[in-house]
Amino acid sequence: MLVIALDTSTPAVTAGLVELADSRPHSLAERVTVNPRAHGELLTPQLLDVLAEGGHQLGEVDAIVVGAGPGPFTGLRVGMVTAAALGHASGTRVYPVSSLDAIAARTDGDSPLLVLTDARRSEVYWATYGGRKAHGARERLTAPAVDRPEELPARLEGMRLEVAAGELASRHAADLGLRAVEPAYPTPEGIVAVAGDEVRSEADPAPLVPMYLRRPDAATPGPPKTVTAERGRT
Amino acid sequence: MSTDGGPGRLVLGIETSCDETGVGLVRLAPDGSVRLLADAVASSVEQHARFGGVVPEIASRAHLEAMEPTVRRALDEAGIKLSEVDAIAVTAGPGLAGALMVGVSAAKAYAAALGVPLYGVNHLLGHVAVDTLEHGPLPPRCLAMLVSGGHTQLLSVAGIADEVTEIGSTIDDAAGEAYDKVARILELPYPGGPPIDRMAREGDPNAIAFPRGLTGPRDAKFDFSFSGLKTAVARWVEQARATGKQLPIADIAASFQEAVADVLTEKAVRAAVELGMDTMVLSGGVAANSRLSGLARERCAEAGITLRVPRPRLCTDNGAMIAAVGAHALANGTEPSPLGLSANPGMPVDTVVLR
Repeated sequence: MLVIALDTSTPAVTAGLVELADSRPHSLAERVTVNPRAHGELLTPQLLDVLAEGGHQLGEVDAIVVGAGPGPFTGLRVGMVTAAALGHASGTRVYPVSSLDAIAARTDGDSPLLVLTDARRSEVYWATYGGRKAHGARERLTAPAVDRPEELPARLEGMRLEVAAGELASRHAADLGLRAVEPAYPTPEGIVAVAGDEVRSEADPAPLVPMYLRRPDAATPGPPKTVTAERGRT
Repeated sequence: MSTDGGPGRLVLGIETSCDETGVGLVRLAPDGSVRLLADAVASSVEQHARFGGVVPEIASRAHLEAMEPTVRRALDEAGIKLSEVDAIAVTAGPGLAGALMVGVSAAKAYAAALGVPLYGVNHLLGHVAVDTLEHGPLPPRCLAMLVSGGHTQLLSVAGIADEVTEIGSTIDDAAGEAYDKVARILELPYPGGPPIDRMAREGDPNAIAFPRGLTGPRDAKFDFSFSGLKTAVARWVEQARATGKQLPIADIAASFQEAVADVLTEKAVRAAVELGMDTMVLSGGVAANSRLSGLARERCAEAGITLRVPRPRLCTDNGAMIAAVGAHALANGTEPSPLGLSANPGMPVDTVVLR
């Protein structure tokens, strides 16, 4: 089956064309640009490039799989809305997957794994993984969460993890007693692997809901500021 | 040939610059006329009400949720299949960066998937172009006054698709913003326009002499300022409250509204007269205000100017106005935007189609 993979949950703007059979997915063409400020500009042109390089039309694609985060919101929405519109226009099913799961799927070996990516504001998005499932995806042990890195040792206690992947792995692995491994970002093959079973069985996709993990920053206003009474005082 | 039977080209317009997800469909006929086929809007205004203003992140989340359903609704309304669409137009700016990004990304994907041109167009010109859907082509030259929660501008329009210049704008708050702030002072709900307009009908517009901003002999002739007016209202209310008397809310609302409408219409009519324009388009969310449109009608009539005001539904943000700009650009043979287009939150008004 021919599958489009998209992800904009990290600084990597990712588009790929992937062949999915019984085993692990196989990339036919991919474009990955690491630029946290260009998701909206690059994603669609990169998608057209991979279709051209793979020698396929959008109409030949069997499914679209998109990383639903967690990730910084503005960039994340680019991938989600692009996938939704492509799916609508081409009549193709769109499957959301966790972007952290997509990173986990392309790590080497089966060592217990921590995936952590940049949530900005001195926080990280993270999840933990165990053994392999179909198409090379990893069994998720804990749900995606957002925390400060210094809170991780307490959160991970007793989990016997060995390795860490994701864009912040190299920065935090040593402090956590883990070995940093690749990949840093979701790969097209990893993205498709996570939804492999659903794509193969043509299952009804889950709703396209991004994993924000944080509420919008907004405070209800207090009473209007005084413009007369406080004058002359500070 | 499309299902509604008419010849011409179908343009789908997407608007996400603020808190409305708008999708419109128009048909550009071979004679250059543009007809409205569908106008679907999903608003997140209720989610912002308790914050007293638009929260960008809440608006952006709502756009993502509403995008595909709103496109589907517009297509259903028009009885058109997505595959029949000949061009996609989208608001490229000005507006909230994160909100614009949702619409622009969706528009690119639709354009790429359908293999049709993409036009990243100016939101402000949408407010002018939308009037052609209701009242037909604009004269070769006209004045446009755009008044909304985010914008207050006087534009000289000589062809929507090519020559638009700003001749004045607010130097601080937009008029709609002043309404929201004054509504808060008077403990009226958000958005402030409709409740103040309602209260004002019961009040005396001459009860309180609120200041007319930037109307001194040395002030910029065609610019506006509403921040001082808002502070004047706040000061008046505080002093009245300090005396313990009951606030004459209706009189305050009417007097505030009079100050806004007076300055806006006075400057707009003067601009039209000085520039020798015989037509004015009044648009944007605040154009739905009864006193503003009423006074504009009165003063335009006195000055021999034809006033055009789109119906309220088309004055507020919507996708049809963006489709209308796209249709005019298409008719004009304007080169489309690239798929690598960047949204521009500060897009200048003299840029019709962004590249």
